[in-house]
Amino acid sequence: MLNAVLAGFVLTFVAPQVARHLPRQAGAIAALLPAGIFVWLLNQAELAMGPGVVERWPWSPLPGVTLSFHLDGLSLLMALIISGVGALILLYAGAYMQGQAQAGRLYALLLAFMASMLGLVLADNLIALFIFWELTSITSFLLIGWHYQEERSRAAALQALIVTGGGGLALLAGFVLIALVSGTWEIAALAAQAGTLQDSGLYLPILLLLWLGAASKSAQFPFHFWLPGAMVAPTPVSAYLHSATMVKAGVYLLARLSPALGGTNEWSLLFMVTGLVTLLLGGWLSLKQDDMKRMLAYSTVSSLGLLVTLLGLGTKLATEAAALYLLAHALFKGTLFMVAGAIDHATGTRDLRRLRGLAGALPTSALAAGLAGLSMAGIPLLAGFAAKEFIYEAALFSGGSVWLLTLLLLAGNVAFVVVAQQMTLRIFTGASLRFEHFHAPRVGLWAGPLVLGALGLALGLLPEVMATLAGAAARAIYGAPVTIHLFLLPDSVTPMLLLSALTIVAGILLYRRRTQLEPWLNWLDQGERLGPEGAFRRLVGGLPRFAERVTAILQNGRLRSYVLWVVGAWLLLLALTWLLRGGPGVPSDLVARLADLRFHELVLVLVILAGLASVMQAGTLLTLIVSLGVVGFGTAMVFILFGAPDLAMTQFSIETLGVILFVLVLYRLPGMVRLSPRRTVLRDSIVTGLAGAVVTLMILVITDVPLVSPLKTWFADASEPLGHGHNVVNVILVDFRGFDTMGEITVLGIAAIGIFALLKLRPGRGGESKAGDGEGRP
Amino acid sequence: MTSIILAVATRLIFPLMLMFSLFLLLRGHDAPGGGFVGGLVAASAFALFAFATSVTRARDALRRSTFRLIGVGLLFAFVSGLPGLFAGSPFLRALWTSAELPVIGKLSSVLLFDTGVLLVVVGVTLTIVFAMAEADEEEEE
Repeated sequence: MLNAVLAGFVLTFVAPQVARHLPRQAGAIAALLPAGIFVWLLNQAELAMGPGVVERWPWSPLPGVTLSFHLDGLSLLMALIISGVGALILLYAGAYMQGQAQAGRLYALLLAFMASMLGLVLADNLIALFIFWELTSITSFLLIGWHYQEERSRAAALQALIVTGGGGLALLAGFVLIALVSGTWEIAALAAQAGTLQDSGLYLPILLLLWLGAASKSAQFPFHFWLPGAMVAPTPVSAYLHSATMVKAGVYLLARLSPALGGTNEWSLLFMVTGLVTLLLGGWLSLKQDDMKRMLAYSTVSSLGLLVTLLGLGTKLATEAAALYLLAHALFKGTLFMVAGAIDHATGTRDLRRLRGLAGALPTSALAAGLAGLSMAGIPLLAGFAAKEFIYEAALFSGGSVWLLTLLLLAGNVAFVVVAQQMTLRIFTGASLRFEHFHAPRVGLWAGPLVLGALGLALGLLPEVMATLAGAAARAIYGAPVTIHLFLLPDSVTPMLLLSALTIVAGILLYRRRTQLEPWLNWLDQGERLGPEGAFRRLVGGLPRFAERVTAILQNGRLRSYVLWVVGAWLLLLALTWLLRGGPGVPSDLVARLADLRFHELVLVLVILAGLASVMQAGTLLTLIVSLGVVGFGTAMVFILFGAPDLAMTQFSIETLGVILFVLVLYRLPGMVRLSPRRTVLRDSIVTGLAGAVVTLMILVITDVPLVSPLKTWFADASEPLGHGHNVVNVILVDFRGFDTMGEITVLGIAAIGIFALLKLRPGRGGESKAGDGEGRP
Repeated sequence: MTSIILAVATRLIFPLMLMFSLFLLLRGHDAPGGGFVGGLVAASAFALFAFATSVTRARDALRRSTFRLIGVGLLFAFVSGLPGLFAGSPFLRALWTSAELPVIGKLSSVLLFDTGVLLVVVGVTLTIVFAMAEADEEEEE
């Protein structure tokens, strides 16, 4: 499984080259990988649906963090969707992007996304899952911002990244809590810990963090607004990421963790309320849209709400319904998105009001859309029908407020029927219009959707296949054996069948009368604009202002106040820790120890003190610098006396260089004037005095505590045999802790670039202006 | 601000300082010294040279841009970690040859690493010193 995931990332780097040399075939070539993975998955299917396939790669020495994969029924269903739809999407993208120079980048990003998404559904370790989760957010960001020259695209991409990335961080916190409580990072081992997890006091925080992660990723209310915004991406991206796969990641996570965390009242309440609100809001807002893609996006939001509701319900029937709907939805929604893209490509518009009678011009697209629309509306013989039957059955046997739940689901499903008609009857039937730049779509643009749409019919006609696939997934979600019985045609009239019929009739009536809905929908749309999305705008807009205020206080451009903040904060933290934790006391024999001081040591101390006194009294800058030098060289002498020649040598060099730098800037600085009012001087003196006193105290206390550390002797002993050197300090720097040193010199290099930029690119240096004006002083 | 004393002294001290820097680098593994101090000494030498003559001439004497030194230094440090990786050990595991060369001593990947540190330190220090000194010279014009 590692190979399948890695192959996608490797091909990411090859794809642009392939696209450069074989622009016409590149899409199809890139599609070979997902197609191959699809075949491999089918090969593994029997094993996956039985005991499951496990792969473990020790990855980090941290306890428990491994790169482990687990292919079971649920992962198999998701992975089949990801690779199958992925292959068709890449074919479609090949036709969609043909002739464009950037096509290679699109294939590369789509492959990178596919690999991340595969990793996400196959991962069996919380940390691994989180990393793949974030990778999908990042690839999604890059793909939404495809038209990066446009402000609108960049804003939408950033919005999606902030929402899903923020949710991802919450998820990480949730994962850490899960691991703390259960003691394992392995997802497969979590189900056995369900009791421990649910009885723990951290259960509710875990659930809320999980909710933040899943709801933001799967576009649940109140985070749903990023998904319609993401429609600025090219259509292959919308069809793949933002309907069939990535937005299902949150749903997948809930399904994956429901054996461990699900089944409680809190779980049901949280996810059913979220799901139902999203189902209704998304469904009814989709009726308001005139842009095909936005309509489908809101409809997807609604479908995701339905899935979350079912997983929140968590009964056996509900998990079966969720698995069936997951599969059916990927097929019909992917098809409809690709059809929308093909129409956009052929006519140059996605506006529903301007599209009519396209069946004659785009017969194959019409067929694909027809199949998908029938499935979406839940007409018998198609995959969507079985899913809808199970949804109603789950509601009728939910055991709670049956009628309320059924009614709400009905209201949501009616909207799907209307959207299905918009995407079929409204645009394909009627008198055909003339389009100025009409051109017939290439094979790639209609073959993919047709295959996907036909699959919806095939699964409907082969109920055993669909039942086996979905049944295996439901078993993984439910955590106990599940067998789904599907039938080709109902042989008796059941309440579910009546509800299905009612849904379709209501949907048709509503579609006919859709103009009368306008005022209601407008009102809903207003609320949507002011609500979650408005809140997000205010939050993101307010952040820079907040940062500005904080910066004005903390980094106001005066070095003195920087030092004050740093020293003050350090002092406060240290004092607090000392007081709260109760550190070791001050040694009592301080005065007695002073007698040990030897004469030359005493002289050195006096020299340093004299230097310090001179610093504080200095009347000119030159005196100040020289006095500081006395202090520095005195300190270096202390190093020599106490056996640290390396340190002393470095200190000497630094002091020398320091003097050189001072000389350079000295005569550019204004003369020494004491400007600070008495209060400032007093404040600074107090802080400085306290800091000095605390450091002295700390040193006395620390050196008094017998330090038992095996490291000191180990380094001293190992330096020669392991490091081939007698200078322990240097051996540590370049060998034992070489990686640290490497990090440090990298930072040093970056700092140099920063300083160079500050010195060279000062404002006002662009032309004739002299550096001597107030602005340019360093 | 050219002083004849400084100019003559620099001519004598400059090569000595560079040799001292090299000396510190090579002996650093067994006795006080090392790439960091060596780098500071070499940087001081060039700073002195810049004072005695001009930044432009100091840059010429350096031959390479200071940023190039930083980059090459980082590259050296990184590359020194690769042999360990190829020998099946972790990245940056030190490897030593048994052959002993005069002056240098035993050859090792550690020496390459320390040379990298030296180059980075020289590059960073001189970037700052040169930039400041140039701001100075521009003003004098």
